[in-house]
Amino acid sequence: MPIPETLSEYPVAAALADLAVTGKHEFGELTLEIAADKIIDALRKVKHELGFERLSTVTGVDRFPAEPRFEVVYHLQSVKNNERVRLKVRLSGTNPEVESATSVYRGANWYERETFDLFGIHFTGHPNLTRIMLPQDWEGHPLRKDYPVTGTRY
Amino acid sequence: MNAPMASGPADLFSRIDNESLEQELLQSGIVTTTLDSVINWGRKNSIWPMSFGLACCAIEMMSMSSSRFDIARFGAEVFRGSPRQSDLMIIAGRVSNKMAPVVRHLYQQMPEPRWVISMGACATSTGVFNNYALVPVNQVIPVDVFVPGCPPRPEQLIHAIMMLQEKIGQSNGSFKKVLNLA
Repeated sequence: MPIPETLSEYPVAAALADLAVTGKHEFGELTLEIAADKIIDALRKVKHELGFERLSTVTGVDRFPAEPRFEVVYHLQSVKNNERVRLKVRLSGTNPEVESATSVYRGANWYERETFDLFGIHFTGHPNLTRIMLPQDWEGHPLRKDYPVTGTRY
Repeated sequence: MNAPMASGPADLFSRIDNESLEQELLQSGIVTTTLDSVINWGRKNSIWPMSFGLACCAIEMMSMSSSRFDIARFGAEVFRGSPRQSDLMIIAGRVSNKMAPVVRHLYQQMPEPRWVISMGACATSTGVFNNYALVPVNQVIPVDVFVPGCPPRPEQLIHAIMMLQEKIGQSNGSFKKVLNLA
């Protein structure tokens, strides 16, 4: 499904029309879903051509038991234009993997480590994809919906 | 010499009534005591806590040390930045799985004798949190006094320190331990 016609009035959505799978504009916030293999192209475009110089955060969503199970969400901000946009990719539950955004935004490094730590989503090409919040010897990824709330140790 | 205070067998009260030696020494300005009591007295009136807070309980701990509640009245106002200089570790807040090894490491770095107060529900039993991230602190290090509350008021923490003072005052063999004889 391509992005809806109604989004064409937003320059960011229009610029990303060929990379986006779908999108919406709700509560004054623009969200675009990008195909997983095109996310780096999309990030490069919003950074260098549309002026979103700041990556606010990278985080994950677990929609267990739906498939595709995971979402990785990129919140971007343009200080220059006082504008924000949210990019999403959807990843399968069996092998959640997406290319690291560190080649475009160096600040993505720790956000991606956190998303890896808590959701178990792998970011290929990341310089140091290790746990950041939990102890290094931790088993499992606690923010997954199928992880027991009280943990697996006790 | 003391006159007998009550009738009865002559030697019934002699053991406790016979304070003549102590009385005589007191009159000449000499106090008799045990070395253990002296050491315990010094220790319990100069408990130096470590500056170490883990969560919101630390705010109450800081309040306890400031002028309104004034822990200096109990000789415990010197919060030390280093475990090497501390006698007391106040676990003020929740202990996470990742923090637990650090807490134990800090405890091991403190010179003996050392004491631990577990402050608040989180440190004692993980409190309102029922999840994978936390451990009760008595699984990590031995604890002397547990303080209930969420968070405990500064008075409650002062009460815990007073209980700890009582405990220190009653400890046996302090002098022998100082000389490495026990």
